[in-house]
Amino acid sequence: MRTLTDGAATGLAVLATLLVVAPLVAIFVYLVYKGAVSLNWAFFTHNPVPVGETGGGMANAIVGSAILLGVGSLIGIPIGIAGGIFLAEFGRGTRLANAIRFTADVLNGVPSIVMGIAVYSLVVVPQGHFSAFSGGVALGIMMIPTVCRTTEEMLLMVPHAVREAALALGVPNWRSVLSITVRTASAGIITGCMLAFARVAGETAPLIFTAFGNVGWSEKLSEPIAALPLQIYVYALSPYDEWHRLAWAGALVLIVLIVLAVSLVRYVTSRGVLKGAS
Amino acid sequence: MVIAQVPEIRFNQSQLLTEPALPGEQPSEQPAQQEASAIRAYLLSRGNSALADRGFHWLMVLCALSIFGIVVLIATELVVRSRIAWGAFGLDFFYKAFIDTYTGKPIYWDPVNGHFSALPFLYGTLVSSFLALLLAVPLAIGVAVFLTEMCPNWLRAPLAFLTELLAAIPSVIYGLWAVFVLVPLLKEYVNPVLIKGLGWTGFFADDNPTGLGFLTAGVILAIMILPIISSLTREVMIAVPHSQREAVLALGATRWEMIRMGVLRNARIGIVGAVILGLGRALGETMAVAMVIGNSPQIQRSLLANGSTMSAVIANEFAEASSDLHLSALMELGLALFIVTIIVNAFARMLVWMVTRGTPSSVH
Repeated sequence: MRTLTDGAATGLAVLATLLVVAPLVAIFVYLVYKGAVSLNWAFFTHNPVPVGETGGGMANAIVGSAILLGVGSLIGIPIGIAGGIFLAEFGRGTRLANAIRFTADVLNGVPSIVMGIAVYSLVVVPQGHFSAFSGGVALGIMMIPTVCRTTEEMLLMVPHAVREAALALGVPNWRSVLSITVRTASAGIITGCMLAFARVAGETAPLIFTAFGNVGWSEKLSEPIAALPLQIYVYALSPYDEWHRLAWAGALVLIVLIVLAVSLVRYVTSRGVLKGAS
Repeated sequence: MVIAQVPEIRFNQSQLLTEPALPGEQPSEQPAQQEASAIRAYLLSRGNSALADRGFHWLMVLCALSIFGIVVLIATELVVRSRIAWGAFGLDFFYKAFIDTYTGKPIYWDPVNGHFSALPFLYGTLVSSFLALLLAVPLAIGVAVFLTEMCPNWLRAPLAFLTELLAAIPSVIYGLWAVFVLVPLLKEYVNPVLIKGLGWTGFFADDNPTGLGFLTAGVILAIMILPIISSLTREVMIAVPHSQREAVLALGATRWEMIRMGVLRNARIGIVGAVILGLGRALGETMAVAMVIGNSPQIQRSLLANGSTMSAVIANEFAEASSDLHLSALMELGLALFIVTIIVNAFARMLVWMVTRGTPSSVH
């Protein structure tokens, strides 16, 4: 009887895994397949065309996403890395550091749509109109907790001996942190930033009422701008086959970006010993 | 200086996971408790560049504090902007509806005439999230048990990688998939069966031919929160000391009894934490839900009916809100969502932290 229960439990666990993995693999394969047949060169080089015409692409949305992510990275990455440096180098074990780590984790769980309305009332309302800048701010804020926590994790992997060697040479502490510790962990920190980058690259909810979207070409920070995930959202809900095709193609582009970032992170962290030191 | 106080070397989680778990080895007993030496403390205190050092230190502190700042800023902005709705409805916003004097039916959300009530959205959010938990939790725990206790080593890394990848796929892409694959699938094959078999309960009424609704939202949410719950559960289960497993096995237990008594029982607090964290994600999830729930502010018993959630209504109506009151009501929904997710997340983090304390944490 007991061995029977054991067998049943094992079977159930395997079944659960299959039940989970099979559809997940199916989603993935389906996305890649649909994206691959929908993607063509025009997707990258053309702007959207009006309803009824075939062809066209999402060039404006790709550029828009790049600009939004650029602004976001400028805000999120420096603050995130600095926060991580504090957690790993200065605050280790202190109550303040624990509180900040906790807040970062909690901030990570705040829905992106809430970030969106907060940035709307912080930036869009005073500015008086939707803008690429406000979208960038929203994405930047969302990057901070992820960048901060991965930076901390990477810095904690740097052996003490490296820091001590630097200090023993009479290097001031800030120099030692920036050019020795951070440099040693740089591969990990960069991939951490890429992970945060990839995550916000797919964010749609905070952009709806900050970047707003734009059917035409725009590269001005002060104007509404198109973004890849926003475009996917709009096109997916439209009744036109041609737009659906573009949505799938856009999804594939986003997924490739994300797969690259995640595998890179995995590769760097699984290497264990950070190679940057040599 | 602070650095000299508590030397602590933490290893990245994924590094631990890829190693075959040796019997008797615990993550928390990792070696290399390296001491920051006295020489280091001395060198740090010599201060030949004390000013620059202090400046740098405070700059870092400032950036770290900005994380607090962001949370406070979000909270104040939301409170300030939702004042109009708060003034107009007060607490009634969350539990009362305007009753139409002619038909006697409740009107929950009528931007044109200025009637706003959060009720249908609270209902939609709760129903879709709990549906998602109901579907996801048993599966997620099953996966975690399989991955930590039964899985052959060669399969572990790819499965873990897959889970990680799926957690990173954006909401809008899940939504896209749901619109074109899941909705037709449910509409053609699942819903008719549910209506036929369980229609008498009232939960599966046959009055919505679109295939959109609470159930669809629940299913896509379940798929989305599965990776998070299972990876956190796995982390918690790994943190259970091997001596516990060995002790139970030594008493003659089968593997399942070992898992039940040695692992699950010890990890239960952390598992609850993981589930609550998944709930937090489900509550705030926006795009995928907005694409498949049907977006109509109504409260219906049937899970196949259209509904809406707090985040979905914000996503749909915010950009073209018709009046200040409308905007303010949406802000208040956002504030409620913010407070709820903060509480849920903080609570879950505490639970997970209680269990994995001493072992390294990683970002989720």
